[in-house]
Amino acid sequence: MLALTRGRRRALAGAAALALVITSCADNGTSEVDEDIAAEGGELLLWGWTGVYEDIAEAYMEENPEVTVEVQNVGTNEDQYTALQNAVAAGSGIPDLAQIEYYAIPQFAIADSLADLSELGAEDLEGTYTPGPWDSVTMEGGIWGLPIDSGPMAFFYNAALLEEHGIEVPETWEDFAQAARDLNEADPDVYLAADTGDAGFATSMIWQSGGRPYQVDGTSVSIDFSEPETQRWAELWNELIEDEVLAPITAWSDEWYQGMANGTIASLTTGAWMGSNLQSGVEEGHGDWRVAPMPQWEGEEFTTAENGGSSIAIMEDSDNKELAYDFLQFASNGGGADLARDQGVFPATVERLEDEDYLNEEVEYFGDQQVYQVLAESADSVAEGRQYLPFHVHAISIFNDTAGQAYVSDTTLSEGLEEWGEQSAAYGNEQGFDVE
Amino acid sequence: MTVAAPVAHVADPAESSQPPVATPPPRRGKWTGWAFVGPFMVVFAFVFLAPIIYSLWLSLFRDQMVGGNQFVGLENYIQAFGDQQLWRALGRVTLFLVIQVPVMLGIALLVALAIDSGRLHGKNFFRIAVFMPYAVPAVVATLMWGFMYGTQFGLVANFNDMFGLNIPSPLAPEWVLLAIGNIVTWQFVGYNMLIFYSALRVIPHSLYEAAEIDGAGQWRIITAIKLPAIRSAMVIATIFSIIGSFQLFNEPSILQAMAPNSISSSFTPNLYAYSLSFAGQQFNYAATVAIIMGVITMLVAYVVQLRGMREDMR
Repeated sequence: MLALTRGRRRALAGAAALALVITSCADNGTSEVDEDIAAEGGELLLWGWTGVYEDIAEAYMEENPEVTVEVQNVGTNEDQYTALQNAVAAGSGIPDLAQIEYYAIPQFAIADSLADLSELGAEDLEGTYTPGPWDSVTMEGGIWGLPIDSGPMAFFYNAALLEEHGIEVPETWEDFAQAARDLNEADPDVYLAADTGDAGFATSMIWQSGGRPYQVDGTSVSIDFSEPETQRWAELWNELIEDEVLAPITAWSDEWYQGMANGTIASLTTGAWMGSNLQSGVEEGHGDWRVAPMPQWEGEEFTTAENGGSSIAIMEDSDNKELAYDFLQFASNGGGADLARDQGVFPATVERLEDEDYLNEEVEYFGDQQVYQVLAESADSVAEGRQYLPFHVHAISIFNDTAGQAYVSDTTLSEGLEEWGEQSAAYGNEQGFDVE
Repeated sequence: MTVAAPVAHVADPAESSQPPVATPPPRRGKWTGWAFVGPFMVVFAFVFLAPIIYSLWLSLFRDQMVGGNQFVGLENYIQAFGDQQLWRALGRVTLFLVIQVPVMLGIALLVALAIDSGRLHGKNFFRIAVFMPYAVPAVVATLMWGFMYGTQFGLVANFNDMFGLNIPSPLAPEWVLLAIGNIVTWQFVGYNMLIFYSALRVIPHSLYEAAEIDGAGQWRIITAIKLPAIRSAMVIATIFSIIGSFQLFNEPSILQAMAPNSISSSFTPNLYAYSLSFAGQQFNYAATVAIIMGVITMLVAYVVQLRGMREDMR
């Protein structure tokens, strides 16, 4: 059989492609207590598909010559999760550490596959990270991983294209909807946004709007897409679908990159990691693209959401947890994190995000705009209380079977979301959860 | 070893004329035979039987995220029989089978007859050209067609722009099965053509000469000589195509990335089994689906073969 990695490479993938100059690794991260453990030496195995992990591991080994960290790429997101689940089920071949995206953490945490880092002292780290990523790694009274990057959402747009058609940057979603219609009317070949149904985008939009469709408490789960906050987004978006003002181009496809390069797709509302992705994937857009704050719901406090991002977790079966934790600290909030930021990874730590040099950096691609200020502001305003299903990986895989139908048939997005919820619930119940 | 087998063989008939009492040599011979087929049997057991037995074993359990692994007997099968998604997927490939296979085999037959007729200029080039798509890996072929199907920047878009047409997206839910059928036909016409053509080549020329003497025209030669002569080849090609249709996977799986709303995770039975085990961690149920599909495919292929054989004898 053919194993296909669906193009949903979030977060770090693009960042890794954009290998900037690797600066010498700063020697400031690890705490003194931990250094003894690293001095004793040992071997660690890390599973991850993002290129920057190799460099982090090398930098760590340079600092701690007694330790060997091996990075293995066993597949991108779902493929790796499958491999990881298989290894855990078999009880052998389990790595010490694994890259796990935020949405997949509950799935592994609930299965007791991950080590609770609060036992290793991670509780002290609250405040080290921006709220979104920290929220995503803490649940059920434990800390299940440390953030590597984050994806606070912003409005990435082709300023030249919008200007050409006299469209202003939308500040609210109502403005956005109007702009989408106006732009498509001005030129039927140009769309403000492209969307064919993306679970990550939809749940982030619902999150920003204030909907909390998933409530998880241990093995009892409730799924509800009928909240008014959820519905107002679904209705607004459904109108855009019905009016055919969203480009029917699937994210991460070849047409998608082409569409951004040739001026068919004028904007993207997505995670901060898109910045480095644009720079590497849409070279033609150099100088044309800008970043603006995520559109808001009128009259409400400035709120954003996160989309994508990865953490590294320590596996419960690792027999080298303390050493693994030492490495994890280095990667997440030590020298490794500096290295990652220099390579274009959007940081999840407050320290790196609020660094003046970083914030004031003028990015040439974005016409010398200080884009990190916009993104940092977004990171600061992420709505709290997001939860993912403990079987979110599967839920994502059936999003297009259900909610996606709104894009190609008479089904409305609300109906599609409801169906998505029902099918997710059915799966959850089959898996032994108590879902309503 | 090499000597033992013929000796045993020769000993056999000699003994059969005697009363069946003295039997030591044949007994030795029995094991010698096994020694010859042994290596094959070992491979056969590991490569063919073991996976099937393992799948059967898997299909009797259910592994839950909460609650762990437990023996459930035939529950997975009961669930499968009531599983709308599975039967809809089966319905879809059956529809595909009923339409795509005759079209593909018809074209293949036409091409084979044309090449065989000897009236074609550049016969060899034509044969290679038709066969060429079969040499293109299915993944590449599907990606290529996928790009052409694109209504934004693909060939379809170019057609629409150039001629002011409004061809609907071949990847829209209503058309996607047809779009896949087109890819599969493009890929396999050459392969089937080659099967038919090689069968046509072994028809003795004397038959054609006799027919000509009798005053038969080309059409008559085709219906009375060529088609009956290659009937078994057609049965084989049909069985291969049926199996291929039921196992449809590569094309929808790749196009799914381009048209996620048109191709569901249970579009074909194989894709369903794949989604179940890889996105859903339901290995046990996936094994059940695989076994059910295997049995159905075998049954259909067997019926077609029986029918084909019977008509062959007529």
